[in-house]
Amino acid sequence: MRIGVITYPGTLDDRDAQRAIRLAGGTPVPLWHADDDLKKVDAVVLPGGFSYGDYLRCGAIAAKAPATKEVIKKAQQGLPVLGICNGFQVLVESHLLPGGLIRNEHQHFICRDQKLRVENNQTAWTNLFEKGEEIVIPLKNGEGGYIATEDTIKMLEEENRVVFRYLELNPNGSMNDIAGLTNERGNVVGLMPHPEHAVEPGFGPDTAVATRSGIDGLKFFQSALKALVNS
Amino acid sequence: MFNNKNQPSGVDTVENAKSEPDKDQPWKELGLKQDEYESIKEILGRRPTSSELAMYSVMWSEHCSYKSSKIYLRQFGEKVTPDMKKHLMVGMGENAGVVDIGEGLAVTFKVESHNHPSYIEPFQGAATGVGGIVRDILSMGARPVAVMDQLRFGAPQDPDTARVVHGVVDGISFYGNCLGLPNIGGETVFDKVYQGNPLVNALSIGSLKHEDLKLAKATNAGDLVILFGARTGADGIGGVSVLASETFGDEGPTKRPAVQVGDPFAEKVLIECCLELFQAGVVAGIQDLGGAGISCATSELASNGNMGMRVQLKNVLLRDESLTPEEILMSESQERMCAIVPKKHLKDFEKIVNKWEVEYSVLGEVIDEDRLYIDWGHEEIVNVPPRTVAHDGPVYDRPVEYPKYQDALNADSSSKLKRAENETEAAAQLMELISSPNHADKSWITNQYDKYVMGNTALAMPDDGGMIRISEETGLGVALATDANGKYCYLDPYEGARQALAEAYRNVAVTGAAPRAVTNCLNFGSPENPEVMWQFKQATAGLADACQELGIPVTGGNVSFYNQTGETAIYPTPVVGVLGVIDDVARRVPSGWQDDGNNIYLLGTTYDELDGSAWAKDLHNHLGGRPPKVDLQKEKELASLLYGATQQGLIEAAHDVSEGGLGIAILEASLRFNVGARIWLTELMERDGVDLTAALFSESQSRVIVSVGREDDVKFQALCEARGVPVLRIGVTDKENQAVDIQGVAKLELAAIRGAWAGVLPGLY
Repeated sequence: MRIGVITYPGTLDDRDAQRAIRLAGGTPVPLWHADDDLKKVDAVVLPGGFSYGDYLRCGAIAAKAPATKEVIKKAQQGLPVLGICNGFQVLVESHLLPGGLIRNEHQHFICRDQKLRVENNQTAWTNLFEKGEEIVIPLKNGEGGYIATEDTIKMLEEENRVVFRYLELNPNGSMNDIAGLTNERGNVVGLMPHPEHAVEPGFGPDTAVATRSGIDGLKFFQSALKALVNS
Repeated sequence: MFNNKNQPSGVDTVENAKSEPDKDQPWKELGLKQDEYESIKEILGRRPTSSELAMYSVMWSEHCSYKSSKIYLRQFGEKVTPDMKKHLMVGMGENAGVVDIGEGLAVTFKVESHNHPSYIEPFQGAATGVGGIVRDILSMGARPVAVMDQLRFGAPQDPDTARVVHGVVDGISFYGNCLGLPNIGGETVFDKVYQGNPLVNALSIGSLKHEDLKLAKATNAGDLVILFGARTGADGIGGVSVLASETFGDEGPTKRPAVQVGDPFAEKVLIECCLELFQAGVVAGIQDLGGAGISCATSELASNGNMGMRVQLKNVLLRDESLTPEEILMSESQERMCAIVPKKHLKDFEKIVNKWEVEYSVLGEVIDEDRLYIDWGHEEIVNVPPRTVAHDGPVYDRPVEYPKYQDALNADSSSKLKRAENETEAAAQLMELISSPNHADKSWITNQYDKYVMGNTALAMPDDGGMIRISEETGLGVALATDANGKYCYLDPYEGARQALAEAYRNVAVTGAAPRAVTNCLNFGSPENPEVMWQFKQATAGLADACQELGIPVTGGNVSFYNQTGETAIYPTPVVGVLGVIDDVARRVPSGWQDDGNNIYLLGTTYDELDGSAWAKDLHNHLGGRPPKVDLQKEKELASLLYGATQQGLIEAAHDVSEGGLGIAILEASLRFNVGARIWLTELMERDGVDLTAALFSESQSRVIVSVGREDDVKFQALCEARGVPVLRIGVTDKENQAVDIQGVAKLELAAIRGAWAGVLPGLY
């Protein structure tokens, strides 16, 4: 299965996302922002970073890139898309997901091992998790505070579209502790924390068992592969 | 500063310099001394043009020319034996040293200061400090893979400290995170001696294949000189000559416009663009633009290659069209690089920079003549031998004087300080120390840095050293640690510098890596003060001797003088970075224990050494006496034991015993994974003949605590015995009891320790 990873100018975690796809058993395909050819990939990851230096608004310029326009089109037809951190911001700016992401309420960039609860395991990127499963993956952002109108929040909750919720500590002031969302169809998922940084023993978060041994992020990518095989 | 209104053409040309030999020139305002100005005239056989004057003034500044330090820095090269050189691919003098780590791979690393800009404008000062060192690494042909930062702030409660702390941490966080480089470690120290002159040192490391090494050299006549990256603006003009080479007065920051402004996005794009250019083989030589901007890049590239250059300055792309040629030559605008490109590769070069939407302009070409010509339109404004600008600057043997205060300082030992009268008091002192800003949790700072990006971070804060995987195929990696104890160096700069090296060496050894090379950033007061020069002389000798004794070479570094407020210099603070190599990062050892029931050993001997300690300074506000003795043979034996034990997988955790002593080390190792310990100190006190205060707080060197699984006990003890390293079991890890139970002293609950330790920095800032 071929999963594309888009690189925008200022993207940082593209190589990490490619590695995660490889470790999950997929074939990573590098995609370039200026190229509207998605190279017939079966799914797309929009990785973390500071695309276009976060100028204007995080993700706003990347949302207009030729590659993104193509992703929007295909996502509406069911292509599995995962937006991580800056990728989540791009999804929101592209209106594939509702709401907005603003400066953390404490005004600082924060990097920490974040506990999350999986609220929805019916999406293309979470089907290998148990509902209610608690996982730990790194979080690192300056503008991760999720906001939306009251109606939108109500709709997201009622339709079970909140996929991940922060546990123990809300690191950025997100409404309803929302860490990640999906669209109606469940093929598009965006979240602030970074699953691609918790895929390889020795380089992930600390666990109760050993230093930096957490690999809870791997299931995101394995889930996508499973969803693709099933479809 | 440059008044052109008397000249119709607006610029001071070589012709003018000949026809108006007696024109008044602002050499003094540009930071030159009378005799320096005279020697420029002698070199040129005429007065310099204002552009030439601008170039010489920045290139002959203390910051660029190392004129006061050069005669002492030589010994880092002279004291290197052939054996020490065997892994050294590029030594001192280049943008950064390059070290062979095996498997056809190499790393390049260097630490640099950005102290003065960071006091004036903490955010941009610190941000561009990171940007500058990363471009140095990139210039060697390497992909930057990590950064670290060494920070010294003023008194924690001083209101101005908050300004500096917030700005500096935000600046490093903003720039480093946006570049996508993991921040894997560093130091933060508070002391009022740094109040008016904080230290912001930034280290970067990059990796490359042997064959990808690049040098800052122009060697072929006809090759093009291309400036690319950001446009040139008015920021940072005179940064090195005016800011970095002067002392701050008591009136505080006034020189804000001379601080550069950084754009990490532009730098990130520039990094990727450069790496693609290197890969395509279209670049023959490369130099980053930092201090002294175009003046430095053109003269150094030409001088390094023993060639000349002809440059059209009007071709420089500007942000502000009103800049004068002098300003363009001196500008320190960030995110710029200068490449030497063979003409036949120009098309390929253009294709790659266009892909990354990076602007470029061809400034001129390399010529086979010992001359750097710079034209402004049709007028010649610079005509100099490049070497005289880049390398043959003035060299000073400054007066050196043994400080008047030194004997009294050394005589004022800590022996008169009141020691804990009983166990309860000792425990209270330990709690007080762990909750003092210098020993409290630094995660308020380090959590603002991305340590995960790139996916190769094997160790980072709060472990003793940072570790990065270089080869994903084999797990080959490197560890890095930096240290400097300004208090020890103040008491004895020679011993203090040796100690800084010993501690960084030890911090690399505890991670399981084998120390291999050294970098340094020497932060001192004014070289015009003979007592400061004595400190510098002693510290450089101490460091060079110690490198020789440990058998690891200095690969490069940086000197920062004029770190003082009025007449008061900072403590001499020679930051020493040690790089180690580990064949598989999977073997790395963290700084805290995690398993239950493992034995805790103290390696090394404890002496009654409290002078200059955290116990004396942070609890009794006393600094005097003699710093702890450094025995480098012991350090070597200890490092080799740790390496051997790690290779056999015998050690679960290892933590350096340094500032704050054994007591602090035990608490830190317990806090790391929130796993407690039962500790007994009586045997140690009997064996080493020390009291409880010394057992807990002495800062004797060459000591490490380790935890070892019971099944490996016999093997481990045998190994210690074989290597002659003193070993004593002082406790056992305890997962059930959420406490550090120092038997007969106190049972300290982990929650209480964490509460006292974690809240300090968030409370202050």
